[in-house]
Amino acid sequence: MTAPVTGTPRLTQHAAPADGRIGASTPRPDGTLKVTGAFAYSSDLWHEDMLWGHTLRSPHAHARILGIDIAEALTVPGVTAVLTHADLTAATHYGLELSDQPVLAADRVRYQGEAVALVAADHPETARRAAARIRVAYEELPVVHDEASATAPGAPVLHPGRTDHYAAHVPHPNVLHRQPVLHGDARAAAPTADVVVTGDYETGTQDQAPLGPESGLAVPAEDGGVDLYVATQWLHVDRQQLAPILGLPPEKVRLTLAGVGGAFGAREDLSMQAHACLLAMRTGRPVKMVYSREESFFGHVHRHPARLHYEHGATRDGILVHVRARIVLDGGAYASSSPAVVGNAASLALGPYRVPNADIEALALYTNNPPCGAMRGFGAVQACFAYESQMDKLAAALGMDPVELRRRNAVAQGDVMPTGQPIDSPAPAAELLRLVKERPLPPERPWDTGPADAPDLRALPGGLSNTTHGEGVVRGVGYAIGIKNIGFSEGFDDYATARVGLALAGGEPVATVHTAAAEVGQGGVTVQAQIARTELGVPRVALLPPDTTVGSAGSTSASRQTYMTGGAVRAACAAVRDEVLRRGRARHGWPAGELRLADGLVVTGDGTAVGALADVLDEGPVERETEFRHRPTQPFDPHTGQGLGHVQYALCAHRAVVDVDTELGLVKVVELAAAQDVGRALNPLSVVGQIQGGSTQGLGLAVMEEIVVGPDGRQRNPSFTDYLIPTVLDTPAMPVDVLELADPHAPYGLRGVGEPSTLSSTPAIVAALRQATGRPLTRVPVRPEHLVGRA
Amino acid sequence: MRVNLTVNGRPRTADDVWEGESLLYVLRERLGLPGAKNACEQGECGSCTVRLDGDLVCACLVAAGQAEGADVTTVEGLAEADGTLAPVQRAFLDAGAVQCGFCTPGLLMVADDLLASHSNPTDGDIREALSGNLCRCTGYEKILDAVRLAAARADGTAPR
Repeated sequence: MTAPVTGTPRLTQHAAPADGRIGASTPRPDGTLKVTGAFAYSSDLWHEDMLWGHTLRSPHAHARILGIDIAEALTVPGVTAVLTHADLTAATHYGLELSDQPVLAADRVRYQGEAVALVAADHPETARRAAARIRVAYEELPVVHDEASATAPGAPVLHPGRTDHYAAHVPHPNVLHRQPVLHGDARAAAPTADVVVTGDYETGTQDQAPLGPESGLAVPAEDGGVDLYVATQWLHVDRQQLAPILGLPPEKVRLTLAGVGGAFGAREDLSMQAHACLLAMRTGRPVKMVYSREESFFGHVHRHPARLHYEHGATRDGILVHVRARIVLDGGAYASSSPAVVGNAASLALGPYRVPNADIEALALYTNNPPCGAMRGFGAVQACFAYESQMDKLAAALGMDPVELRRRNAVAQGDVMPTGQPIDSPAPAAELLRLVKERPLPPERPWDTGPADAPDLRALPGGLSNTTHGEGVVRGVGYAIGIKNIGFSEGFDDYATARVGLALAGGEPVATVHTAAAEVGQGGVTVQAQIARTELGVPRVALLPPDTTVGSAGSTSASRQTYMTGGAVRAACAAVRDEVLRRGRARHGWPAGELRLADGLVVTGDGTAVGALADVLDEGPVERETEFRHRPTQPFDPHTGQGLGHVQYALCAHRAVVDVDTELGLVKVVELAAAQDVGRALNPLSVVGQIQGGSTQGLGLAVMEEIVVGPDGRQRNPSFTDYLIPTVLDTPAMPVDVLELADPHAPYGLRGVGEPSTLSSTPAIVAALRQATGRPLTRVPVRPEHLVGRA
Repeated sequence: MRVNLTVNGRPRTADDVWEGESLLYVLRERLGLPGAKNACEQGECGSCTVRLDGDLVCACLVAAGQAEGADVTTVEGLAEADGTLAPVQRAFLDAGAVQCGFCTPGLLMVADDLLASHSNPTDGDIREALSGNLCRCTGYEKILDAVRLAAARADGTAPR
């Protein structure tokens, strides 16, 4: 499916169509429900006679289970069922790629928070209290918590007897997956570099922290199956994992998307899905489960914490000669999507730069830390922090402007990635850097808005804590750029399905669009309707609820849904249009040449109407279901990392401006400007919203957000009191430049938009903090003690 | 226990309330008003913000019994009876301030309260007023746009 390509670079300032077609900032179809409180999120569901489910979780990061006694819990009035691993009658393990995670722990727990038992009761508090009466006898085991302890001689092997296809290529059974990428000859080239800089970097564990907690409602059905209403990112992959656990054929496990309160990767893995279904099938009653915020921190995977070692060599003129990189990601106790995160980190380890020689290694560990998997940016975030820190370090060593160094090495269309994959669509790295660099800087001393003796504290580091009136405050400016893959990579058969209908309602043509794509807030529903209006020329489009009665849409992940489900809707619309035209030509003699649908009419290329949709829909509706695939990708070679692994690349650049109280180590991010190429902005308002939202999550990683995990594998701060996400006072003005350089391989030329801004935001802010403080700042999140040199 | 209160102008009664339940739980699970949201239930995120006898509160931190006899307004009570959206609701939609929408009810309550007392708030005023409400999707820029838009429409400097 190749889109017409304009080829002309342009910013999104063209006149947008006002008719709800693509290119318009059409309002969200779910907007009114969301502002009136009527939108039914997964935690809002209710069913007559329903029970509440609760999960008992392990307090230990690594322990043997000696016994589980549920007798006392069963005596609690109001308790209907208590389930343990002994009640599982079919598959006992699950996982997105490797089925290595127990549905309920049997004889061993591998992380704090692992699910051990389930309770169903008539009130959530009853269920919680009954769970507290389940007696689990544990024998604690030694914990492995980093690369050294996980691969030490005699280290406990967390998953003995591995048979997965990564096992043959790893140096230790506690290494889940290792991916080298070898490009050119770094060993031979390194001595020829005029300047070499090395650095060790670290990123903390970040939480997606979607505001909607994991939740849903499982309803047992008369046919022995189950209906599950749930907030997820991919209905069909949930079902694929659930059916074996429940011992049911897939068609008896029916999922419907409930309202999703954000996702950001946290809803890729199963959370309460299997547990609620098991309780519903055991009790024969509907079961609702809603995690508390604390439980949510234990109930989903996180962004991998990482340690990264880099060496960059360049000529005196600032041309990169070689890069060596070693990226160690902590995958925690279970595989989740770690292998794919490794593939991303390895293949994108160099950033959007031309590097003739590279020796890259990325790996993920099994440890007793919280399981890690998908979060917005997916392996590219950690690498971007390191390679952009290195580019600044190299610029300093060369005495060169950091943006100029980046410009001299910036990739462009036609360059080749270290995997050997050519970049065969626009990659305007230098242009994006220019856009953020040339933007006027915000005014100095923004707190001086009123009388001289009354600064606006809200504009100062420390804010209303009134810690400074400007004394010791230093400004810094930093730049960064990142590169992200769009879509599922490494040979995955990635497709999306759409069913589109066209029928008469009250004499007017109405399109219906049915997909299983998870709307998680990004606005997929808006663009699906825009595409149908564009392709079918009808103003009225009805979207059917996403469920498993239509084919898979794939995951709302990897910035892929506008490309993939959008592509499927477009293709299904084309099939519907073909049938409409076939009917019209057969019945009414419509001409054979090119015909379009517009405003309910059928028109020729020059706009002459030859008929109306109503002329053929009177004989019945038209409906077509289509699967859409992006062009195929290849796995990376396990030894060399070579392969056409990615579908599409996307670039975003940032400039960060910060004010730092250099005495107290407090930060105020003053402005965070972004420039991103989106290929084609189908809904410009939503595009900007995605870029700003992603930038803010990168800000969180830069200066605030970390799940602190002790050497005992236990989380220290699983709450919104102690895990801080940016508030409106932490978040600066975020001007955005949107570039639209069409990708000829993508529907409408579009480029996935959700993730790229999450990458470069973090290193841009840290670069600004380094300029303000002169400190090396090799770890994120940066803390006050780092900024004042006490750590 | 039984709890009697007025919600969005209507007298309501909740029966069989356990003493440990919050006002949020009673609204959501017993009175069929799930608009106030349950993002943290620790008073940190503001998603459950309602008006209680004229003051904004986190409904998760109010014991159900404390609401006995109280006058409560939730997001479901912002629009007119005929469904006409309140100005802040309209502005959130027009400015693109809604993504997943889970924070939206709380932010609407706070923004509505701010605009009732400040006809022309500065950006600093808006940020300060909204600082108790977490949003994970938008980065707040479009939410600020929405409050600015609602304020401008109220004083006639922006078309409605």
